[in-house]
Amino acid sequence: MGSVDLIALWLSLRLATLTTTLLLLLSAPLAWWLAMGASRIRTVVDALVSLPLVLPPTVLGFYLLLLLAPGGAIGSAFRALGLPAPAFTFAGLVIGSMLYSLPFAVQPLRDAFQGIGARPLEVAATLRASPWDRFASVALPLSMRGILTATVLCFAHTLGEFGVVLMIGGNIPGRTQTASIALFNHAEALEYGAAYHLSLVLLALCFLLLLTVYGTNRRLRTTGALL
Amino acid sequence: MTLALRVALTRPQFSLEVECEVPTRGITGLFGRSGSGKTTLLRCIAGLERRAQAQIAFDEEIWQDADHFVPAHRRRIGYVFQESSLFAHLDVRGNLEFGLRRVPPSERRLSFDEAVTLLDLAALLPQRAPQLSGGERQRVAIGRALLMSPRLLLMDEPVSNLDQSSKAEILPHLERLRDISIMPILYVSHALGEIMRLADHLLLLEAGRVRAAGPVQEMLARSDLPLGRYEDGGSVFDAIVEEHDDRYHLTYVRIGAGRLAVARSTLSVGRRLRVRIDARDVSLALRAPELTSILNILPARIVDFSDAEDPAQTVVRLDAGGDPLLARITRRSAAELNLAPGTQLFAQVKGVALMGQ
Repeated sequence: MGSVDLIALWLSLRLATLTTTLLLLLSAPLAWWLAMGASRIRTVVDALVSLPLVLPPTVLGFYLLLLLAPGGAIGSAFRALGLPAPAFTFAGLVIGSMLYSLPFAVQPLRDAFQGIGARPLEVAATLRASPWDRFASVALPLSMRGILTATVLCFAHTLGEFGVVLMIGGNIPGRTQTASIALFNHAEALEYGAAYHLSLVLLALCFLLLLTVYGTNRRLRTTGALL
Repeated sequence: MTLALRVALTRPQFSLEVECEVPTRGITGLFGRSGSGKTTLLRCIAGLERRAQAQIAFDEEIWQDADHFVPAHRRRIGYVFQESSLFAHLDVRGNLEFGLRRVPPSERRLSFDEAVTLLDLAALLPQRAPQLSGGERQRVAIGRALLMSPRLLLMDEPVSNLDQSSKAEILPHLERLRDISIMPILYVSHALGEIMRLADHLLLLEAGRVRAAGPVQEMLARSDLPLGRYEDGGSVFDAIVEEHDDRYHLTYVRIGAGRLAVARSTLSVGRRLRVRIDARDVSLALRAPELTSILNILPARIVDFSDAEDPAQTVVRLDAGGDPLLARITRRSAAELNLAPGTQLFAQVKGVALMGQ
């Protein structure tokens, strides 16, 4: 593999790690709120969160480009704070990836939280655990499978995204050129040898990730939250 | 020291409307058929039913009224759920320590080791919940609640989901808990036998309303209440160990109406205890029986009659030395012996159960 590919791969891994970390921190409270009840506003939020699943990535990318560009709403806000507008930067990629992978984090977490049911939390309340304490010491540990699934899905999904990053990142080697875009460049330039190598690396990486999830999930299988 | 309750909760096809005061001493049994609202009332007291319109005050401290709602985690209660409630992600020690860690040391009245000894949990500590039997899980859950050093311990049918042998394993622990009386207990059950064995005070719930409340002994003997009609209905007596008879392997205990012989007990002479006599174990004779194998014969006077669940039978309420004693006999016997209120007769007692040893 050439140094351009290695740089692109490294960028993809950094992007996936950062996106996954930020997204999990953001999604956990959101998923918790969605899991804890039913209301009209929750239904709307549920639908909004799922939107990236069905929206063409280029559509999402296009709107983001408008927002993140120097003249866009978010771009001008960044500039007002003395920061460069996020379009065509690594920060822009992180923002785009987080939106694009949002359902992959929220849905497994929400399902896991719902699966616990109300009783373990009631038990914890009678053991003097405050609501935050219950979330941290009961809900999270009992949702390990969901958290693991969310982590790996976010990571792998970010690694493989193409449309959104191309729209808002451009194709700047070392700054916004991810592995999947580098692969596209190779194929465009008819450099099939390099494309083969990069594809194989990505394929192996994704497979290993999924293997880890399924292997771990099998070990984590329990008969329920309370025994 | 009382728990003052005024609770109203309406659900489809069910409404709970309770107004009463519960003494915060010993064990108070909350008794009623399934669907009478026992569990719901207990959940209201615990603060697990936010929608209830309630005024709940524990020893002058307001837990809930129109303007206040103290959430469950600040009520300093203990709660034992009917079904298993151990956290699957923790071992037994972790489950026991979960609550204990959240109790400030100055409020702890029971140490970890004391709870482990009291409930015989030492061997279970390193195990995880899936390895435990139902009875063991419930013992751990009781230990976990005790370690909260609660001001009030709420128990929701803690043994009703267990098999007979697990029940037999847990009930003595509960009796010990009552005898050392470190905290008041509110004990929900639909098994009268359990209530008779454990409770000092009884609250009878019917269709979401309090039908009656009072000391267990009085409540059991009241003919306006359905308690004597139950298959396991009977009477309880405060007794004192009087003498051991090693030759016949018997122990004599004294109650108001006389002396009862029971199987040799390990309790020391002078020890107070409670004995139970099931109504089905009492038969009646107009003259002092002679040449009978029955040892325990008490003089008594008929107070009144009430219906039994079985239409062939009647429940006779007797006054035995000032204590109420229930006997369940056939209606035919009652008619043939011309039994009527005021009749002096002899109650032959076939079985006496010692409780609290």
